[in-house]
Order: sequence, then C-alpha cells, then structure tokens
Amino acid sequence: MKILTQYIDVPGIETIDVYRKHGGYAAVEKALKTMSPDEVTEEVKKSGLRGRGGAGFPVGMKWSFLAKPEGVPRYLVCNADESEPGTFKDHYLMMKSPHTLIEGMIVSSYALGAKSSYIYVRGELMYVIHILEKAIQEAYNKGLLGKNILGSGYDLDLYVQPGGGAYICGEETALLESLEGKRGNPRNKPPFPAVKGLYQCPTVVNNVESIAATSWIVMNGGDEYAKIGIGRSTGSKLISVSGHVRKPGVYEIPLGITVEDFIFADEWCGGIRAGHKLKAVVAGGSSVPILPAELILKTTNGEKRLMTYESLSDGGFATGTMLGSGGFIVMDETTCIVHNTLTFGRFYHHESCGQCSPCREGTGWMDKILYRIEHGQGRQEDIDLLVDVSKKIEGNTICPLGDAAAWPVAAAIRHFRDEFEWHVKHPEKATQPGAVFMREGASWAV
Amino acid sequence: MKVTIDNITIDVEPGTTILQAARKIGPQVAPPAMCYYEPIKGSGGKCRACLVKVTAGSERDPRPMPKLVPSCITQVQDGMVVENTTNPQVLEARKGVVEFLLLNHPLDCPICDQAGECHLQDFAFEHGVSKTRTVEERNTFEPQDLGPYIQLHMNRCVLCYRCVYTADQVTDGRVHGVMHRGDHAEISTYIEKAIDNDFSGNVIDVCPVGALTDKTYRFKNRVWFTKPVDAHCSCDKCSGNVTLWYRGEEVIRVTARKNEWGEVKEFICNTCRFERKKTSDWVIEGPMKVARHSVISANKYGANAIKPAHPLKQAAEQYKQIDDTRDRSFLEPQKQLK
Repeated sequence: MKILTQYIDVPGIETIDVYRKHGGYAAVEKALKTMSPDEVTEEVKKSGLRGRGGAGFPVGMKWSFLAKPEGVPRYLVCNADESEPGTFKDHYLMMKSPHTLIEGMIVSSYALGAKSSYIYVRGELMYVIHILEKAIQEAYNKGLLGKNILGSGYDLDLYVQPGGGAYICGEETALLESLEGKRGNPRNKPPFPAVKGLYQCPTVVNNVESIAATSWIVMNGGDEYAKIGIGRSTGSKLISVSGHVRKPGVYEIPLGITVEDFIFADEWCGGIRAGHKLKAVVAGGSSVPILPAELILKTTNGEKRLMTYESLSDGGFATGTMLGSGGFIVMDETTCIVHNTLTFGRFYHHESCGQCSPCREGTGWMDKILYRIEHGQGRQEDIDLLVDVSKKIEGNTICPLGDAAAWPVAAAIRHFRDEFEWHVKHPEKATQPGAVFMREGASWAV
Repeated sequence: MKVTIDNITIDVEPGTTILQAARKIGPQVAPPAMCYYEPIKGSGGKCRACLVKVTAGSERDPRPMPKLVPSCITQVQDGMVVENTTNPQVLEARKGVVEFLLLNHPLDCPICDQAGECHLQDFAFEHGVSKTRTVEERNTFEPQDLGPYIQLHMNRCVLCYRCVYTADQVTDGRVHGVMHRGDHAEISTYIEKAIDNDFSGNVIDVCPVGALTDKTYRFKNRVWFTKPVDAHCSCDKCSGNVTLWYRGEEVIRVTARKNEWGEVKEFICNTCRFERKKTSDWVIEGPMKVARHSVISANKYGANAIKPAHPLKQAAEQYKQIDDTRDRSFLEPQKQLK
C-alpha cells in the first residue's frame, strides 16, 4: 500500500501538470470547497496519524491543542530540517515529488487557519530548496497558492526557508528561533509552540511526512487510513535504510509488517549482504537505542517484532527501542559497536547547541571517553563512567538532544558491554584496523 | 497560592516561580542558580543547577511531574509540592551539574579576581564532590580583549547568557554574543570588537564567575582584603547608588549594589564604575551588609575574626585528602595520537 510514493517514479512528477494528471491537488479542491477546517482536523484525528519526525505524537491531537485567540495569526511550520544520521526520507520525498508536500501544506494550513506557512529546509539541501521554490511558483501560477485559492476565499502564502545546517534546528523551538532569524537555541517549555510559537503566535510544527500524508487522508477519509497498520500505529511510513543490506534506500511500508520480513524479504531490504550475518540494528535514526540481532527480530516474550511504534518500544529501553524517524541502520558482524558509538557520540558533541550545561559538557565528555576507549586508552572504570554521565544528561536538559545523545551510548553499553571491555582489556588487538570483537555463541559470530 | 517546598508551606502570588517562592522561605531551601538573574528578563533555564522535583503538580492535578524541572522558570500552581534538598534524585542531578560546569573550568581560583565572590565556587563547595572523574584535557580559549575596561577569560565562562541579556536590556546596543555551539561555544564580540557603551560595565557584575572582569581592578587585590562601603553620588546617567571597595584609604573598585542573592538591582554607568575612584567623589553611607559566613567579612570586624591555628590545621588535613593520586600513565601515548 503506497500513499506517499505511489507516483514517485513517474517521469516529470515534480512538475505540476504531471502531478495533477495523477490526481494531484484533488485534496485541496475537496478540502477547500466541500469541507470546513474542523472537518479536516476531524478526519486527521480519525486517521490516527502519528508524527513522523520521531516522537510519534498524534497529529490530530497536536492540531487540536493549537490556541485560537481572536486577531492573532496562526502559523504552520513544516520541519524539513531532517538531519538525524541514518534518516533521509523527507529529503527523498521533497526532491522527487515536491508537490506532495505542498498539497499537504495547503490542506493542513487550511485546517489550522494559517495564512502564512513555512517550510524550514536544512541548509545543506540547497538543490531541494530550488526544487521546492520552483514547485511553489508553479502552484502560485495555477492559483493553488496566494489570494482566494480556487475561488474558496482562503488565502495562503507559502515560504521556503533554508536553515544553516544545524541538527539542533530540527528541534521545534530551535527551528522557530532560527526561522525568526535568531541563533538556533531551543526555548524553555512551557509555553509550547501551540500557545506561543513563531513570533509569539500559536504555531504547529509538523514533519514533512506527516504533512504530506494529510492530503491522502482528506481524499480517502481518516477511517480508510486507519485501516492500514496495527493498533495505534496506523498508515504507512517511509523508512530510510542504510548499512549492510542488499538494497539500501527509502521504502514506504505499511506499519505492522515484521522486522524480519522488512530486513530479509526481497520486496524490501533483501537481506544482509552476501556472506554476512545480522549483528545489530538502529531502528529509528542514530538517537534511538541500538538493539542486537536477537532482540530486534523478537521481543523478550518470543513474539515477532513488528514495524510499529508499540512493538519496537516493547520492553522499554531495557530490551526495546523506538521507531523514531525511521532511519533504519543495519549492521553486520564486521561492525565494531564501540566505533559506531564513537561516531554517534562525536556527532552529538558537534551538534549540541551549548545552551544547557549537562548537554554541552556531557556530550563532549562522552565523546572524549569513547575516543580513548576506541583508541586503546580506555580504563575499566570508563565504561561505568559513560553510563553515569549518560544518566546525568538524560532528562535534565532543555530539549531532547541531551536524551538523544545519552540513549545510544547507554544502549550500546547495555547490549554490547563485552565489546567495550574487550577494547579496554586488549587495546593492542582492538586498535588493529578492522578488528571486531566476536561474542562467543552469538548468532552473528563467525 | 499555597506551595510547599521541602515541607515548608508558603503563600505566594500567582505567577511566582518555584525559585522565587523558595527564596521567600529562605536560603536554606533556595535552590542554587548560576544563570537565573531576577532583574534580567529571559534569563534562567540554562545551567540546570536549580532543578527540583515536583512531587505534586497542583491541588487539582496532584500527579508528580515526570522529569526534574528548572525551578527558576517553572511557575507555582496552587497546592504544588516541591522537593529540593530533601530529594536524593535532585541532589544527584545537582552533583552532575557541578561536575559538568567544572569539566572545562580551569580551576585557577588562586589567580582569579572573582575568587571569594564567585558563584561557581559557592555552588561547587555546597553541592559538588571533592574528587574529579575526568582525566581529559580541558577545552581552552585564547583570552580576548574587549576594550579598555573589560577583560574576557573564556576558559572560565559557564555560558549562563547573563551578560548577553544584560547587554540587550541595559545597554543601547549589544556587540557581543555567543558564537559557535556545544562545548566550543564562546562569548565574543565579532572579530574582537571593543565593547564601548555607557553601561557596558554591568556585564562584569552579572557574570557569576571570573570570565568578565574589571580591567581597572585586575590583579590589584583579593576581595577578602577589601572593605566594602555603600555610597552614592548624584549622577545624571544612573542612580548613583554603588558599593565602594576600599583597601586602606584607596578606592580600588566600584560596583553596583547586590542583594543577598548576588543580584544587582540598580545598574550603574561606566563613569561611576571606572572614573570616580576618589572618596571625595562620593557620599559614604556606611559599611555594606556582608553575610557573616562570607569570606569578604573575614578578619575585618573583630567579632568574626578567623583564628589562624584551626583553619591552618584543617587545611593541612584537607590538602592530604585532595592530593591528586590518580594514575595518568595511560594518557602518555595520547600525545602521539592526535
């Protein structure tokens, strides 16, 4: 079942004529001409669509929290600052089919009563910004944006804003600061953006994929969307797969397929590259806990793990992980977990905004300790020190970047402590190029 | 509105923050604050030193808050129950914050002008542990020249953002700010521009550590050798209410007056601060109120003179305790590495 990527390979889908030929902008016509804004919100609520940026908060619920005081403008901001290592789904969608996002933006802005909406795109993706700007111009020319859209009396201006390429600006309040032209520091919450967001006005910030999905929901109904998927994980999800699989790339999956199918079926990733075995998976972008092969395929009570929000987080952080943003990183037995953790640690060290002390100092400290362990200068107590530092960061910071930095380190030590200990005890072996610890009896051991 | 902090209940106005309510009760329950500064709007929430546990959100909704909350920016609700020093989780988190703040702090207190009136010293003394767990090299920055009056030592900075907000709200044009991010973030003027403004000296007073210091006072004295005296003058730019810091007959420093939480209530102009350094420029009101336990009052007024024998003995004992015996030999090969 493909919702967002159904026509993505049609040649010329980035132009408005081809896009309209394939049913594009029908949702705009339907919503603006036959539905009230509240009806659109109601459909999105019924669909059970959950935020695709990582946190998985229900979109319809988020919309209904939006404060609606008289005489104050409201804004919709699309978070296209996708910078999580391992995640590249929004990039792909915007690059291939920009009108899918623009259509979703019009429908969602209409539902929220926003007269100006913004797409905040990561600064590195300048060519995507050009594609979007071209598409927006086309939409203006066809009367789908601007004053009195399709004669309905609804006005909407859509702007594309490039960011400076900082990971932190993917955090919604930092994004709003950056959009206002300030330094991208997350704000203290409360007040939440739904009350005081962009320019101190009520604002909704949604991920590209969430917004793009709303036009399908308007066309086909929320109930139809809710039929896809299992339980509270409804609809389809774009998963960006990287790592040691045969066919890495972006896949649109119906939520609810098994992780095993997703990794090994030919329809999706096509299995681990020839001659190698699955060792570990980071299921939702670099900030979610890493899981070893046996835990990612099956939960602790022996059930097959599914690609849903609930199933992936089954067992909490002790034996589970999160669906996150859908950055699916697969590692085979040639991967050194310590090296991988150092790479993540270095990323968060580089990207911390430096506003609150636990994150600013803690990420740097963890990076330095991991660097020492990886380069053969670790001490036994460093492993416990890492766990303790990660605990002191987690939950004590202004924004979730602190948590995102702490979780992968804590999880790597939780599941692969023997690998860290091997680095500490046998530095001469561990620092050899390509040296990887093999756990005896593990399913990936060779 | 009734709020209970560490089992003490107090009635406060709506809109009061937990920290302000705790300060009303008294210093024994007030959480420490490194970045929050009441007179400056927008400050707070950054250092995480004032984290507290809310065990009951309000009368209406008595559920506890899931995370520790920064007390300086969290407003009280009617019937809120807060645990500060009575909660082990809070104390543990605070220990962590001290450790994080000291991680890249040079600990050059013996040559730092702020020593004796440094909030980080107080904070670390009250809430920190005596042993460090870090063996890593500290991040260092080059000293920067910010004009004739202000010296910046970025190494000591804890990035509280107070000076940034002060420059925004007190002076008529900010030329310094935070550049870069993460632990390499630094306070700086763009390309070392000098700060030139009638009220720029106030950034020295709001700095909780020795990152921004007074160039006219640098290395001249230790604060516990000076005698603070409240004085005023008629100034056309500011209120003229200041504290003069005497060494003998000489005024060696002029600062704004601070309240018991170390906060300036009336900002003063640079003329008062840097130019008027003669007793004849001022009308003396009397000695400044100094807390008895403060090092500033030590050895001055007879009653609380510190007897040297006991502290010397104590210092000798403690010196042994903090003697650094950690094995650093494993760090040796690191030099070849980088």
